[in-house]
Amino acid sequence: MLYQPQTRDQGHPAHQLRVRNLTTTLPTSKGHMAAVSDVSFDVAPGEVLGLVGESGSGKSMTLRSILRLAPPRAVLSGSVQWGDEQLLTVPAGRLRALRGRDIAMIFQEPMTALNPVLSVHRQIDESLAVHTDLDARGRRTRAIELLDLVGIPAAASRVDDYPHQFSGGMRQRAMIAIALAPQPRLLLADEPTTALDVTIQDQILKLILDLRDRLGMSVIFVTHDLGVVAQTCDRVAVMYAGRIVETGAVSEVFRAPHHPYTRGLLGSVPQSGDERRPLLSIEGTPPALSAMPKGCAFHPRCTFRSVRCEVELPLLGDIGAHVAACFHQAEVMAANRGGA
Amino acid sequence: MTAITQDTPVRRYSLRLSWPLVIGGVILFAGLLLAIVPELAAPYQPNAFDYKSILKPPSWAHPFGTDNFGRDMLSRVIYAYRVDMEIAVFATSFPFVFGTLIGALVGYYGGWAEAVLGRIVDALITFPLLVLVIAIVAILGPGLSNMYIAFGIIYWVFYARLIAGDMKVQRHLDYAAAGKVMGYSDLRIILRHLLPNVIVGGIVYWMTDMALAILIGSSLGYLGLGVQPPASEWGVLIAGGKNYMSTAWWITIFPGISIVLAGLGFSLFGDGLADLLRPRR
Amino acid sequence: MAGLGYILRRVALMVPTLVVILVVTFVIVRSLPGDPASAMIGDRATDQDAARINAELGLDRSLPVQFIFFVERVFRGDLGTSFSIKLPVSEVIADRLPATLILTAMAAVFALLLAVPLAFLAAIKRNRVEDVAIRSAFQVGLSMPVFYTGLVLLTVLGAGLHWFPVGGYGDDLASHFYHLFLPALAIAVTLAAILMRSLRSAIITVLDAEYLDFARSKGLANRVIILRHVLRNAFISTVTLLGLHIGTVVGSAVITETVFAIPGIGRLMIDSIYARDYPMVQGLTLVLAVLVSVIFLATDLIQAALDPRIAR
Repeated sequence: MLYQPQTRDQGHPAHQLRVRNLTTTLPTSKGHMAAVSDVSFDVAPGEVLGLVGESGSGKSMTLRSILRLAPPRAVLSGSVQWGDEQLLTVPAGRLRALRGRDIAMIFQEPMTALNPVLSVHRQIDESLAVHTDLDARGRRTRAIELLDLVGIPAAASRVDDYPHQFSGGMRQRAMIAIALAPQPRLLLADEPTTALDVTIQDQILKLILDLRDRLGMSVIFVTHDLGVVAQTCDRVAVMYAGRIVETGAVSEVFRAPHHPYTRGLLGSVPQSGDERRPLLSIEGTPPALSAMPKGCAFHPRCTFRSVRCEVELPLLGDIGAHVAACFHQAEVMAANRGGA
Repeated sequence: MTAITQDTPVRRYSLRLSWPLVIGGVILFAGLLLAIVPELAAPYQPNAFDYKSILKPPSWAHPFGTDNFGRDMLSRVIYAYRVDMEIAVFATSFPFVFGTLIGALVGYYGGWAEAVLGRIVDALITFPLLVLVIAIVAILGPGLSNMYIAFGIIYWVFYARLIAGDMKVQRHLDYAAAGKVMGYSDLRIILRHLLPNVIVGGIVYWMTDMALAILIGSSLGYLGLGVQPPASEWGVLIAGGKNYMSTAWWITIFPGISIVLAGLGFSLFGDGLADLLRPRR
Repeated sequence: MAGLGYILRRVALMVPTLVVILVVTFVIVRSLPGDPASAMIGDRATDQDAARINAELGLDRSLPVQFIFFVERVFRGDLGTSFSIKLPVSEVIADRLPATLILTAMAAVFALLLAVPLAFLAAIKRNRVEDVAIRSAFQVGLSMPVFYTGLVLLTVLGAGLHWFPVGGYGDDLASHFYHLFLPALAIAVTLAAILMRSLRSAIITVLDAEYLDFARSKGLANRVIILRHVLRNAFISTVTLLGLHIGTVVGSAVITETVFAIPGIGRLMIDSIYARDYPMVQGLTLVLAVLVSVIFLATDLIQAALDPRIAR
């Protein structure tokens, strides 16, 4: 079920993210390997972008690279533009000012993302202390308001509790409250619902969308779950082996994928209530960083491949529209229409 | 049969010859040689008095100098290798074997035995072990065999705890259950399937334990409660030189360096072994 | 914060441990070979003397009765009279205890001063030159027996450079610290080596933790992150570790007191074991065991105070 986003925040150009040719290499025993290759996308104010892929596709590393939170010896190149600032090159002091205040991040497992020996209040407080001018009392009031906003009951009595005293879903809400304390304009969500029960997942997703509306912020949602993307995102970018292989509006991409991988992903999701169709599954596994195939990284597993795919790397094209990095898009679209 | 072997964790030993392994191995090997055939390396008899060369500093004739009886320190240190290496191995063998067996059984069956073992370990681990060993040796009388007995009484507990802990994890793994399904007796499962996976931790601990045995053995030797003079043992040698520290430092320094070297050999080798045997799936 | 309930529960847990300590001490000492009468009077003991002494010490009664007497006396603070020193055991122990306590405390402080900053440095520069150098140095320190370290320090810094006195205890508090500096350092070297390894691991775990990434993503300054997030978490492990290794410290103290001729209970222990001085050995074991239990309790309580995850 597709959520209809409410009024789009027309937004200040200062709150737009433009990523161009982002490449992140990590040092391994065999030299530097690219975990993220040449990734480009835009996120407009108020938009929810889904970043989808299997584990190891580079989606988490992409998020971390935006805020320069990659491992210490990683090398980042390309351009990450927030408003008119270049996040990859701004001085550390300015980056710290932007982190939290403009761009915030939430993680998959709240039990490891929250410091276990500090109370939730403290963890909200330290963020407010850095990014706002509120005094101690003001910060405490704001903290309680935030917990209330994310739906934690009896917020005033829970604000001094420690992470382990919350249940899984509540912990995730607490983490969201902490991240959103300074009212950022962009939220980077790294698989925030993956570790949660399905019912709670739903609640958290609704919460994120609700906050998106209320606070007018945009979201990059990293996940491997297509259902979540369908539920929450406006646009989607599909990643494979560190590259974006397809991007476009969710409705278009899901209805008519242009890339064999996307098609495979969509085809392998069992749909209840439809006429019975054979489940498409993709043979093989994603390549390891050190064993990247030449040409298109997906070609070993692709049913549409040709000789050209084995030597030449397909490029993405104009990221504003619905595009895919594939030489055989026409065939894929034909297969779609064929109903297989 | 194939079903079980497939589920058993495959131990592929990656040949990682790390520095600790190599250096430790070399030191241990050299020590082993000296322990087995000290006669080949030692220039003099360890107990040969030479009243004409008392308290001589290191020289070509006596690379490690001589003590107050004119005995050559280099030879004494070399002969002490045999004694201290013996201590390392013998003191720890019984605890290793006994502790592993008990630990395997306790870890597998759990229950009240586990609780009892836990209590014993808790009580022992905090109490100064050295004092316990000293106490036992004092009761039984000084000497090497009593030291082994003291070790045996106390140290098996640590192996038991280690093995029991590992065993507890292993017994819940699938291949253990598969063994039961196949109708293997408990004992066979423990000995043939689980123990080989678990023993690696024990072996590594054994290495560091041997280093510890040398430390304790030499401490007892120093206090006069272990090996008795005039036998060559590093602690005894150091005690012999303690009154001459300012005048004849070589009597205490060189045996001490040997203790450190031997201990390093065992710990480094143990570390390297742990690295080497870490299972790669 | 850990509630009063936790504290009381923890203290109550000590009781069975103390009981076990009492029983074990009693049994061990009764099994020491040698007979107290001749130990007290020497070989001239006649049968009447022996009988008289046995009656005095209550040794002619059955074991359980003896045990009850023993427990009763302990609670009154009467630990008997030493055979060799001819003074009440409790008096002698009280006289010698401070030296050992000061020595232990100093050793712990030195060990922390050595281990914590270096473990931190090693953790931050993981697998780089500094880390390898630090770990190697500590590995060597770990392989040095305490008596050797003590002797070397004694000779070089004491007899050689005359920076510190060569053993002994001194007369007033200040000279106590002065005299105990080298012995404490000797113990600290070994203790620090043991602590450093675990500390480094603990700090690495903290440094790798995702909550550090989360903290960074909030825009916090590095200094804040290190102080509030890293150190606080690492500190908890430090306290626990220290408590856990208190046995090592006491054991090292026993030897060190011998090397440096310090009038502490460690040396007393060895001397009285040699002399078959029942009451003294018994009293010392009791005191040592109680001391260790109390330190354990303290460690637990400190840990509970610092770590909110521990049950309230």
